Amino acid sequence: MARQIGDVILDLKNISLRFGGVRALTDISFDVKEHEVRAIIGPNGAGKSSMLNVINGVYRPQEGEIIFRGEHRHNMNTHIASAAGIARTFQNIALFKGMSVLDNLMSGRTLKMKANFLQHALWWGAARNEELAHRAKVEEVIDFLEIEHIRKTPVGRLPYGLQKRVELGRALAAEPSMLLLDEPMAGMNVEEKQDMCRFILDVNDHFGTTIVLIEHDMGVVMDISDRVVVLDYGKKIGDGTPDEVKNNPEVISAYLGTQH
Amino acid sequence: MFYRETGQFKTSYGADQQIFPIRQDRIGVGLVLAVAFLVVPALAGEYWFNAILTPFLIFALAALGLNILTGYAGQLSLGSAAFMAVGAYAAYNFQLRVEGIPILVSFICAGLTAAGVGILFGLPSLRIKGFYLAVATLAAQFFIVWCLTKFPWLSNNSSSGVISTPTVKILGYVFDGARDKYLLVLAIVSVMALMAKNMVRSKTGRSWMAVRDMDVAAEVIGIPLLRTKLLAFAVSSFYCGVAGALYAFCYLGSVEPDGFSLDLSFHILFMIIIGGVGSILGSFLGAAFILLLPILLDVLLPELSSLLHLQLQGSTVSHIQTMVFGALIMFFLVVEPHGLARLWQIAKEKLRLWPFPH
Repeated sequence: MARQIGDVILDLKNISLRFGGVRALTDISFDVKEHEVRAIIGPNGAGKSSMLNVINGVYRPQEGEIIFRGEHRHNMNTHIASAAGIARTFQNIALFKGMSVLDNLMSGRTLKMKANFLQHALWWGAARNEELAHRAKVEEVIDFLEIEHIRKTPVGRLPYGLQKRVELGRALAAEPSMLLLDEPMAGMNVEEKQDMCRFILDVNDHFGTTIVLIEHDMGVVMDISDRVVVLDYGKKIGDGTPDEVKNNPEVISAYLGTQH
Repeated sequence: MFYRETGQFKTSYGADQQIFPIRQDRIGVGLVLAVAFLVVPALAGEYWFNAILTPFLIFALAALGLNILTGYAGQLSLGSAAFMAVGAYAAYNFQLRVEGIPILVSFICAGLTAAGVGILFGLPSLRIKGFYLAVATLAAQFFIVWCLTKFPWLSNNSSSGVISTPTVKILGYVFDGARDKYLLVLAIVSVMALMAKNMVRSKTGRSWMAVRDMDVAAEVIGIPLLRTKLLAFAVSSFYCGVAGALYAFCYLGSVEPDGFSLDLSFHILFMIIIGGVGSILGSFLGAAFILLLPILLDVLLPELSSLLHLQLQGSTVSHIQTMVFGALIMFFLVVEPHGLARLWQIAKEKLRLWPFPH
């Protein structure tokens, strides 16, 4: 399947976010097109994670506008974002440690399940069928990520690399139209990074999922993303294709420093 | 050797998601239920029913309720005894004031009343967590006991709030003997334990555990935090409420508000800590441990002292009892902080390999 980059589905306009006197994001605007891989890069503390938190409604910016699929909003909230098909992973793994891999992935589909707790208590008709139908969907994700052997293992017992993969799985289980990945490859070795890249590109390719990703590994970012936005101290200093960004003098100075 | 799932293949997700996927477990649970329903009533005497079995089941139910809230949903609560009190007094009042209400319906209504009160006291859980929430639920503990003493209407104007429960009668059959009451409690507890298990293995339970383990991630997935927490409070209080009603109707026969003190709440909390936080089985094991150990020590210590030719006074024996009890609790917590349920799990893992570990 050849993937085709579509129209803009997420447009962020003049976003400013402050925590008390700290300006985390200042007047940032950029857009994300359907089916593309959009990277956000920048030095530590540049506001990349805050940016993702604004997109899926964990943080509410003081100023600016978020236009998602044609709907204008002053800010998102987590419920609207998740219902609209935005899923995410976290920088520090945020899995449900006491639950098995399977349960973690199942919980990713919570919004798609309709039965209430009384039906669950009786494990009756609709509730049971629903659990089993969603189990089948989750198994597809498990196959896709090649984690069949650990599906019953509590995630707390898994090594770091696998936990990262399970977290991606939990986000994928929601069948998102947009996936926000916060440093999916941090702390991985080369092999694990390759696997993760493969999964991200496959997701993008097969399901046409739009991907917004934060990553520090420049090799990876330049290889897999279609467009890159660069933040520094909460301001946008570059935006464009990987090649444009690479040659942008401001970006070079932010990363390497300049001679004065 | 005997406990092994080799050769038991699952061909559907339904088979894989049943409560006891291993055949030996299914047989084991079937046996336990058969013994509890058929053998025990035939063999046990009055003392066993009144002093051990019935209270064990009732406390296991209350511990199960607290385990839903604290173990699964991660909301620490010190108000379980208060919710039991609500259940007991509500069931009493429904029986008293609603003409011809069946006793089981009044138990359910008692549970629902407790659930409502639980939701009310669960509201602070949106903003506060952990120990601070425990302190907030402590308010429930004192407030409810105070209410029951303060408003005589609730206890039908009896002195100091003591209520005596009417006889338990279902479809014309009077449950008056200890054995009858034991069977009634056993049936109710079995059904409610099954329902609890069903809840925790489905979306409801996953949402609770998600909120417990990582609330931000749960929220991002689309799990509404307040609703999930309040549901946990409601279901938990429902269980405690029914336990309270059974405590009054099928165990003690007459209760007073002071019987549902903070002490009792702590007892129930210890049960789930010892038994296993976040485990249905653990609620039963914990209740057994906390309830049976003192009785066991009561029997054993005098025997032991006479065996060693020690002249012990009654008060000394009871002091030693308390000390041994405390020491054993500490011992278990050091050896296995995740409780008896985890010990049982480890034992099962070992059994799967025994006697050929390779």
